[in-house]
Amino acid sequence: MTESSRNQKILWAIGTLVVLLYALTPVAWIISLSFKDPTTIGDQKFLPTKTTWDNYSAVFQGGLGFNHALINSIGIAMITTLLALTFASMAAYAITRLDFPGKTLILAGALAVSMFPAISIVGGLFNVWRVVGLYDTWPGLILPYLSFSLPLAIYILSAFFREIPWDLEKAAQMDGATGSQAFRRVILPLAMPGVFTAGILVFISAWNDFLFANVLTATDTARTAPVALSYFRGASQFTDPSGAIAAGAVVVTIPILIMVLIFQRRIVSGLTAGAVKG
Amino acid sequence: MADIVLDQVSKVYSDGYTAVKNLNLEIADGEFMILVGPSGCGKSTALNMIAGLEDISSGELRIGGEVVNKKAPRDRDIAMVFQSYALYPHMTVRDNIAFALKLAKRPKEEIDRKVNEAAEILDLQNHLERKPANLSGGQRQRVAMGRAIVRSPKAFLMDEPLSNLDAKLRVQMRAEVARIQHRMNTTTVYVTHDQTEAMTLGDRVAIMLHGVLQQVASPMELYNSPKNLFVAGFIGSPGMNFLPATIDGDTVKLPMVDVKLPSEAQSKIGRVEKGRKIIAGIRPEDFEDAAQVPAEARDRGTTFKTSYDLVEAMGAEYYVHFSAGHGTIESSHVEDLLADQGGITETTDEGGAVVVARLDSEARVKVGEPTDVWVDASKLHFFDAETGESLAA
Repeated sequence: MTESSRNQKILWAIGTLVVLLYALTPVAWIISLSFKDPTTIGDQKFLPTKTTWDNYSAVFQGGLGFNHALINSIGIAMITTLLALTFASMAAYAITRLDFPGKTLILAGALAVSMFPAISIVGGLFNVWRVVGLYDTWPGLILPYLSFSLPLAIYILSAFFREIPWDLEKAAQMDGATGSQAFRRVILPLAMPGVFTAGILVFISAWNDFLFANVLTATDTARTAPVALSYFRGASQFTDPSGAIAAGAVVVTIPILIMVLIFQRRIVSGLTAGAVKG
Repeated sequence: MADIVLDQVSKVYSDGYTAVKNLNLEIADGEFMILVGPSGCGKSTALNMIAGLEDISSGELRIGGEVVNKKAPRDRDIAMVFQSYALYPHMTVRDNIAFALKLAKRPKEEIDRKVNEAAEILDLQNHLERKPANLSGGQRQRVAMGRAIVRSPKAFLMDEPLSNLDAKLRVQMRAEVARIQHRMNTTTVYVTHDQTEAMTLGDRVAIMLHGVLQQVASPMELYNSPKNLFVAGFIGSPGMNFLPATIDGDTVKLPMVDVKLPSEAQSKIGRVEKGRKIIAGIRPEDFEDAAQVPAEARDRGTTFKTSYDLVEAMGAEYYVHFSAGHGTIESSHVEDLLADQGGITETTDEGGAVVVARLDSEARVKVGEPTDVWVDASKLHFFDAETGESLAA
């Protein structure tokens, strides 16, 4: 190994370490908090002196409604992801493959929607939802999530579709495939890395949302985990709920971790290698 | 199996560009038809229209007697080999070849049997479970062929299938393609820009330029009696030499020499008024080192003195370049040929035309030394300087 490449490695290691510390210290702090006994919660020590699982069992006790909120969160995020991927893949395919009037308008519109500040529509939405009966329901959250995540998903997917040689689709047509067969059996499998990338991002955005979930829900029927977390209170007026909140926060991150780990393995690049040319 | 008929087929794009103009072409059942021409001549567009990948603006396309203008590609029962091969990268070779049969919902035993048959023909038996990414260029090309032949379609369409292979492999695969076509005896339309492929593969060759069909004929007929200057220059390698000329009675005045025409050559082109500007075409192989011409053949042509500027030894023969004196020719066909060759024209220091001759390997060739060169007068071609049409037509 040459001198410079060793230096490079050391510098890389230091850089990675700094980023990891920066990103993971708050997470470690939350985890530490979640294991602290209520009596030591304010001891300002990084490692808990008295470890306990009490916070976790408190979180899952019925009274806080956290179980229900978790189910809501998982359900709403999954349905949003599925719908967004279905619609986005079709839309992105049309945008990349077809030449139709207003194509750029659609793309520009999609981008504009995704940049729209959510806070500016949430008030109006609250009133509309109450009138049409979507207030405090799953669809009432899925709809706004979809409208904010679709543009992103369409953008990601159209970038992936663009990479797929058009000849493949022509070949499928010549082989006797209908348009939808060519899409499902040739194009979509090749765009899978893009689908998973978009899927992760949509899921995370739906999972992490607090604003819509806070304003558009009222009860356990649709309240999601992040909002439920904010409604935590101690056993009495005078108990500090920090431990329980920390435990809830840790629990809330677990599904995201699992999601990312599952999908990350599917995001392999170079899937189209060997399609064309020698 | 079926014949393919293009009847006044045109393609006009939405921006007004005409890619193919009134194309009439009858491809007989089992025939190997080559579409050849420089890039942008409309040959690929014509192929895509036959395939159904592009709409036909006007005219009629019949496959096996049935008008298929409005039919989707999948209903035309024709297979296509793409220039890029367009293999499905997520499928194994077996699945690639079987894809069409699976879509057609054929029974599994039949699919297996046909895939194995095709693999055997193409020597792919040992690669059936591999993915395209792990195959060499030649193997990928064969998989693309396999995907076409496994269906036993009415016709094969091939869009420059060999142009991504290196030179050696291309020659090998060319023979392979000819062999397979012969064996399957399926109507084939083959698009290429390579005149060697066109000459060696086709039963008949259709030459296109600017969306217009120039000539359809067997390779030898194209070579021996080209209809116009473009066809003459496109077929043959090295290309035909073009020189300004005038005819006076039975004498052709070329820049370097006056050539007396034999009577049968004269009758072929008919009467040409004196002083009319024409272009003479001489194939490189119709020159010879005067010393190498047998005495009985010598009368057919004329001998003249020149000295070579450049000699290329090919082993079996020499290519020699020499100046043809002054005088240049201007013709749109010549410009089209030039564009196809990359726009580089070879001129002498004085700006005159350069002639390339193909001489016997026994010839005495030395750069700069005066040499006697013989030209076969019976093989001369003559074209109208304005239109580029052959006078022999």
